[in-house]
Amino acid sequence: MRADLISDILRLSGEHLTLVGISMAFAILVGMPLGILVARNPRAQNVVLGVTSVVQTIPSLALFGFLIPIPFVGGIGPRTVVIALVLYALLPILRNTYVGIVSVDPAVCESAIAMGMTSSQLLRQVQLPLAARTIIAGVRVATVTTIGTATIAAAIGGGGLGVFIFRGVASVDTAQVLAGAIPAAMMALLADGGLGWLERRLSQVSRSV
Amino acid sequence: MPLIEFRNVSYEVAGKRILSGINLRVEAGETLVLLGRSGSGKSTALKLTNGMLFPTEGEVLVEGRSTREWDPIRLKRHIGYVIQDVGLFPHFSVARNVGLVPRLEGWAERDVENRVDGLLQNVGMPPSEFRGRYPRQLSGGQRQRVGVARALAADPPVLLFDEPFGALDPVTRLELQNQFLELQREFKKTSLFVTHDVREAMRLGSRIALLSQGTVEVITTPADFPQVQTRDAREFIACL
Repeated sequence: MRADLISDILRLSGEHLTLVGISMAFAILVGMPLGILVARNPRAQNVVLGVTSVVQTIPSLALFGFLIPIPFVGGIGPRTVVIALVLYALLPILRNTYVGIVSVDPAVCESAIAMGMTSSQLLRQVQLPLAARTIIAGVRVATVTTIGTATIAAAIGGGGLGVFIFRGVASVDTAQVLAGAIPAAMMALLADGGLGWLERRLSQVSRSV
Repeated sequence: MPLIEFRNVSYEVAGKRILSGINLRVEAGETLVLLGRSGSGKSTALKLTNGMLFPTEGEVLVEGRSTREWDPIRLKRHIGYVIQDVGLFPHFSVARNVGLVPRLEGWAERDVENRVDGLLQNVGMPPSEFRGRYPRQLSGGQRQRVGVARALAADPPVLLFDEPFGALDPVTRLELQNQFLELQREFKKTSLFVTHDVREAMRLGSRIALLSQGTVEVITTPADFPQVQTRDAREFIACL
């Protein structure tokens, strides 16, 4: 029984990490370029930030409900979960990328332009490195919330540590609930600590004069 | 042929006239100082020279060619630019800041390194001590020296200085002014130098152009400047 439980915890933790990992990878791949786009096109700002903020306000269980009947994207299983998690993780990443870039000292950007940097050199050599700390802070917030939200995946057959929690709630078995909640909390703490460390490292590098 | 020439240049932004009918010629090897109070349009004149801005009327010629005809990136790399205080990149080491334009220009890594070391030496900052430091680890005067080295790095024929020594204490300012004169003797660059400090203008300029409310009030040599009788000139002379 004990060995069973441990192997279940490991398996479901693995599933959980996979869900979070894939979702975060997509969220970063979509969120950062969108954030850069918004920073460079003030006109796109309201639309993109508005839409992602609205998505953020939808309760997660309801979002799964909306997604299930949609053809190709929806259905039961991990794919739907990943889509929902990406939608949630998008806002903090996008917003922090945007804020990070627009809050780079305008005098530094002007000096980069005056030195003859092209706009892509300005972005890659100046704006992104100086915004890195803020962007990582967004990734950190997104990761921590995604680890928590991913427990709801079990409700639509997505697997992960939520399986324990839902089973435990259904059978009023606190031990089962804890078997899901404790590893999820540990994951969140580790992610928070690790990304927080990275953020502090970067803030030393990019600290202004 | 003058290296920089302003032909009847006016600049407006949002209906507000910043510069009107400016005519200037900066000859090879001279330092023309643009002296003026805040809001006289002197920084705008610099930005019109390296193509950060374009004139609303008239044209600015660099080496005989209108700034509109220059490739905008080429023009900027062809002109060194020194800005007050904040111009250095905080996330670049001193060496990387100085080597910036040569690297953008695709110089071989070894040439960049040699150039950087040579220039740091020239501005009185031993490379062995300073190349790895970051701007925040330098004093204001040292940062400004690095700024000058960076502007010289790709060996541009023309240099623009936008109140580079304005934020420094008087002793450091004098040191840097002397160094400017030394470098000027050594490299024989053509400079357009903006300041609101009349002593600095007298000390550094081959000629002084006094800007007042967007127009050139007078162009004269430092020796003749104290005799100028216009209102703005008298006010500046009173500060001497």
